[in-house]
Amino acid sequence: MKFKHESIEINAGLLIALTMVVISIGGLVEIVPLYFIKDTVEQVDGVRPYTPLELRGRDIYQREGCYLCHSQMIRPFRDEQLRYGHYSLAAESQYDHPFQWGSKRTGPDLARVGEKYSNEWHVAHLIDPRAVVPESIMPGYPWLMQPLDYADVADRMRALKFAGVPYSENQQEFDANVEKFGPDVANELNILRAESNLVQQAQSANYDGDRAKLTEMDALVAYLQMLGTLVDFSKYDEGYFAEFR
Amino acid sequence: MAQGAVLGTQQYNYAVIRKFSVMALVWGLLGMAAGLYAALELAYPLLNMGIPEITFGRLRPVHTTLVIFGFGGSALFATSYYVVQRTCQARLYSDSLATFTFWGWQSAVALGAISYMLGYTQAKEYAEFEWPIDLLITVVWVAYFWVYVQTLKRRSQPHIYVANWFYLAFILATAILHIFNNISVPVGMFTLKSYSMYSGVQDAMTQWWYGHNAVGFFLTAAFLGMMYYFVPKQAGRPVYSYRLSIIHFWALSFLYMWVGAHHLHWTALPDWTSTLAATFSIMLLLPSWGGMINGIMTLSGAWNKLRTDPIMLFLITALSFYGMSTFEGPLMSLKSVNALSHYTDWTIGHVHSGALGWVAMISFGSFYHMIPRLYDTKLYSTRLVYVHFYLATIGIVLYITAMWVAGIGQGLLLRAFDDFGSLAYTFIETVSFLHKPYVVRALGGGFFVSGVLVMAYNIFMTIRQASREEAAIEAKLAAKLARA
Repeated sequence: MKFKHESIEINAGLLIALTMVVISIGGLVEIVPLYFIKDTVEQVDGVRPYTPLELRGRDIYQREGCYLCHSQMIRPFRDEQLRYGHYSLAAESQYDHPFQWGSKRTGPDLARVGEKYSNEWHVAHLIDPRAVVPESIMPGYPWLMQPLDYADVADRMRALKFAGVPYSENQQEFDANVEKFGPDVANELNILRAESNLVQQAQSANYDGDRAKLTEMDALVAYLQMLGTLVDFSKYDEGYFAEFR
Repeated sequence: MAQGAVLGTQQYNYAVIRKFSVMALVWGLLGMAAGLYAALELAYPLLNMGIPEITFGRLRPVHTTLVIFGFGGSALFATSYYVVQRTCQARLYSDSLATFTFWGWQSAVALGAISYMLGYTQAKEYAEFEWPIDLLITVVWVAYFWVYVQTLKRRSQPHIYVANWFYLAFILATAILHIFNNISVPVGMFTLKSYSMYSGVQDAMTQWWYGHNAVGFFLTAAFLGMMYYFVPKQAGRPVYSYRLSIIHFWALSFLYMWVGAHHLHWTALPDWTSTLAATFSIMLLLPSWGGMINGIMTLSGAWNKLRTDPIMLFLITALSFYGMSTFEGPLMSLKSVNALSHYTDWTIGHVHSGALGWVAMISFGSFYHMIPRLYDTKLYSTRLVYVHFYLATIGIVLYITAMWVAGIGQGLLLRAFDDFGSLAYTFIETVSFLHKPYVVRALGGGFFVSGVLVMAYNIFMTIRQASREEAAIEAKLAAKLARA
C-alpha cells in the first residue's frame, strides 16, 4: 500500500496523534535521562538546603525579579573565572526550586557573590545602588527595610520538602540530616524549629545593621552572603569536576 | 434561503473574534508601553522611582506576559477562530465555550500582570504565572482545544487546510509545555506562592525546553498558521508549494522540541544535552527557511502588489524578518558564538527581531486584512497603514542594531585582557558602555509603539465607520418599511 499524506489531511484524529508523537520525542530524549544519569549532578561535599532566613531571602530575590538581570551560573571561561570564581557546579543548585541561573547579565553574575562584600556594603547598595556604585543602573530597594513576614516559613519549607528538599519534620529525618550534613546544619533544616532558627540567625549575624528589627533586608543579605560559599574547592583536584561534564 | 446569501457575519461566529482582536490591540499597546518604560529604566534608572510595582524586575515580566500572551495570544485566538471557520466553512463550535475562552484568557493575562507587580511570580521566564492562574490557563486551553477540534470536525470538505495543522500543533505543544513546566508545590491553599517541583539542572532544562518552545510553537508555529492563510489570501494566489508546506510542518514540529538547551550552553547542564540542542538548532534552519521561502514565493508573479498594497508589505516584511531571525538563531546556538552572545543584549535583540519583525508584523498584516471583513466594511485609511509600516520598520531596525552594538560590544569588553593577562575592564565599565545603545533601543521602541497607536486609531475608526454604515442601512430599511 502506498502511503499518501492526504490520509493525514482528511483525518483530524490521526493528525493530532501523529503531531503528539512528533513533538514529544525531543523533550523525552533530553529531559528524562537527566534524572537517571548519575553524573548529571556532581558528588561534592558542603552543599546544603537553605536555612529558613536564607530561604526567605531567596523568595524576596525572586519577588523583585533579580534573576532578570543577574545570572547565577559561572561558565568555564578564563574571564569569568577571574571575575567571578570557579565555574558553577550542578550540585550547587540541586536544592534550588526553581533554579536561578538566569539568562541575562545586565548586572554581574551572583553565583559566588557571598562573602565578597560586607553586610554594610550590601545594605547601602540595595537601598541606593548609586550611593556606592555611581554608574550603576540597578533600581534602589529601600522598602527592603520593612519587617520580614516569616509567619509561614515552616509552610514554605514543607512545600519544598514535598518537592524533595531534605528538610526534617521528625526524628528519623532529623537523624538522617545529622548523618548527611552534620548536627549544626541538621538543626537549621528542622522545620519544627524554623521560626526560632530564623530569628536567631538574623539576630546573631545582624545583616541589616539593626539588631532591634528583623527586616526583609536581613533575609536577602543572608541569602546573598551564602551564595557560592558552600563548596570548598581547595579540597578537590582540578580534573575532578571535569569528569562530570 | 440560499447559502450564498448569508452574510459572513451570520454564517460564522465573528463576535468572539472581534473581541479577541480588540483585546490583542489593547494588550499590545499596554505591553509595548510597559516594554518601552522598562527600556527607559535601563537607560535612566531614576525612572524606577523607588516604587516597588514598577521597578525593572517586576515590570519586565509584565511586558513579556502582556505582549506574548496578551497581544500574541489574543491575536492567535482571533485568527485561529477566523481561519478554522473560513477554511472549514463551518461555524465555530459552541458560542458559549468560545466566549469562555475569551474571558478566561483575558482574566489570566490581567491577573498575571497584576500579580507580578505585587511580587507574586514563579520566577521562571515566560512562565511567571503563579499556580492558580496556571490552573485557569489549563482549563481555558482545554476548552480552546475542544472548540478547535469540534469545529474541524464540522468541516464541509474532506481536507484540513495547512494553516490548521500549524494552529493545532501550537495548541497541543503549548498544552504539554505549560503543564510540565509549571508543576509546582503551593505553599498553602490560600497563598499564591509556590515552588517548582523540579530543581537545579533538571528545572533549568525543563524551563528552557518550555521557554524555547514557547518561541517555537506559540510565537512561530501558530503565526505560521496565520501566514499560511493570510499571505495567500491577501496575495490572491495559492501557497507556493504544497509539498514544501508538508515538509515545513513535520520538520518544524519535530526539530523545535530539541533545541531549548541551547539556552544553557556552557552551564552546569551536561554537555551531551547542549550539544544535541545545538545540532538540532542548525538543522532547524532548513524547515524555517523552507517555510519562509514558501511564504514569500507565494507572491511570485504578483510582486507588483508590494508597490500598491501596504498589507502585503507587512506580510512579506514579516517573512523576511522570520528568515533573518531563524538564521541568527542557529548562529547564536553555536557554542563558540554563544560564549560571547549569551547573557548579553544580543539575545534581547534577537528575540525582538523575531517578536517585532515576525510575530507583530505578521499579526498587523493579518489584522488589517481580517478586521474589515469581520465588520463587513473597508479599512478606514490605507495611508495610515503605510505610516504604521514605516514607523514599525524604522523602530525594529533601530532596536536590533542598538542591541547588536550593546551585546557584541559588552561581550567583547568582558572577555578583553590587558598585556599582563588581567581583565581589561571591570563589569561596571561595560554597563556604562551600554547607555547609548539603551537610549537608541528605547527610541526604536518608541517608534514601534507609535506605529501601534496609529494602527489602533485606524482600527477604531474602521469599526466606528462599520457601525455607522450599519446604522445607515437600518435607517433606510426602517424608512422603507414606514413608507410601505
